[in-house]
Amino acid sequence: MATEALALDGVDALYGESHVLHGVSFALGEGRVLALLGRNGAGKTTCMNTVIGFLPPRKGTVELFGEQVARLAPDVISRKGIALVPQGRRVFARLTVRENLIVAYQKRGGTWTLDRVFALFPRLKERAEQDAGSLSGGEQQMLAIGRALMGNPRVLLMDEPSEGLAPLIVAEVGRTIARLKGEGQSILLVEQNIKLAFELADDVVILNTGRVASSGPVAAVRDNEALITQHLGVF
Amino acid sequence: MKTALAVIVLAALMPLAAGEYYVNLASQIVIFAVFAASINLLLGYGGLPTLGHAAYLGVAAYLSAVLYLKLHLAHWLIAPLALAGTTLMACVFGLVSLRATGLGFLMLTLALSQVLWGTAYRWVSMTDGDNGLRGLARPAPFGLNLNEAVPFYYFVLIIGVLAIWMMARFVSSPFGATLRGARDQPRRMSALGYDVWLIRWITFVYAGFWGAVSGLLFVYYHKYIHPVSLSLANSAEGLLAVIAGGSGTLAGPLVGAAIVLLLKNWASAYIERWNMLLGFVFVFIVVLMPEGVVPGVRRLWRRFASRA
Repeated sequence: MATEALALDGVDALYGESHVLHGVSFALGEGRVLALLGRNGAGKTTCMNTVIGFLPPRKGTVELFGEQVARLAPDVISRKGIALVPQGRRVFARLTVRENLIVAYQKRGGTWTLDRVFALFPRLKERAEQDAGSLSGGEQQMLAIGRALMGNPRVLLMDEPSEGLAPLIVAEVGRTIARLKGEGQSILLVEQNIKLAFELADDVVILNTGRVASSGPVAAVRDNEALITQHLGVF
Repeated sequence: MKTALAVIVLAALMPLAAGEYYVNLASQIVIFAVFAASINLLLGYGGLPTLGHAAYLGVAAYLSAVLYLKLHLAHWLIAPLALAGTTLMACVFGLVSLRATGLGFLMLTLALSQVLWGTAYRWVSMTDGDNGLRGLARPAPFGLNLNEAVPFYYFVLIIGVLAIWMMARFVSSPFGATLRGARDQPRRMSALGYDVWLIRWITFVYAGFWGAVSGLLFVYYHKYIHPVSLSLANSAEGLLAVIAGGSGTLAGPLVGAAIVLLLKNWASAYIERWNMLLGFVFVFIVVLMPEGVVPGVRRLWRRFASRA
């Protein structure tokens, strides 16, 4: 059996009195891509926030390569090897592209450096001294991915990386994720673009109103039209 | 860089063309610029508005004065002791103040500085209360006599340039980038593995150190220290200088310090209620250039250049 890079078990999370996640359990295998799907409000981003430590779970466990990380502070979780490409990019608009990348650097024995990120995204190198706020949406998304990679993460969380991007850029983001997967990067991918998610993922978890509605290998979910129609509202 | 060098050269040549009054005024501007630039580290680069930064200027000045008058120590010993003592105080005040951000931080810094201001007023046996401490002398580094206006101006200018350069290096370093990142998106910085509180605390202490340096220069210039140096008014003037000049820019506090000092010195010679004029000027700046004079002029220049 493959090593579990990230495992959630019975996770409950609440925003104040609002109970958002109900006993969520799933596991991301090392070097695999797990797509977390669901309608708006299903709890996908909350799941990400729980893993990264923004929203500590009320119940349940979150393990990174077998080590308990639930309820640790976000900076501690990050230093243990989880990086997030946040929804809406959230680059530091008043820092230059170079500064955005440099501040995110963590060595951790990984191979990602400034030069390697620039090689992956040559457009970022061209704009290295520009303020990140002046980049286009696609360039900002590349920067957000590059920034997460600079942390040499053991697990990469990507929250809707294709959101609001032109089709050509979406394809480029897709190729980047595929390349990372090819290099053995473990990725938890939240994505509204079902087609892209099915292309990239090895495994799929579908959330519905904060509960795991279905999970399994991508082939099993992709071919189940009834399941997709019921929980994702497509087809 | 070229502009900075040009300003330094002009500042160095200024005593050749100006009389003693203007040389002394320039010394005051440089001292106040160091004070304002240290506030700018917190406000402009850290997003931490402080109303208590006069505490560092005042405490360093008082420590220097007390050590000189009561213990009769030499200046070469007093200066590091005063800087170390004040920086240590900044370490402790940072622990208290940084329990909050925004308005809470502002109020905590104000409260702490008011405690010191009250102490300076009431601890008469040590501070001479409202009379202030007098009878101080300027140091004589390497035997140089700093009692004349011009040598003292060059002494202040050298330390001022060094201080601004050190602060510029600080904010443009990778640590400075993390500070600016923490200002704009603290949550994102924590998700990148940073202890945002620690980044702010280090900056708070560093700003306190440079506030203390301005305090030493202040007491050397005036050869006198009074509780008003620790007052809310003094902190507010520093804050206004940063806001008027442009927070988050290196040149902003320098320009703001010049505006405040020139207005105070010129306007008070001709207008009895010069504070009112100072207020009007600030309102004028905030209305026309809400981002401050330096960024505002840059913006107007770009607009002008694009039309030309």
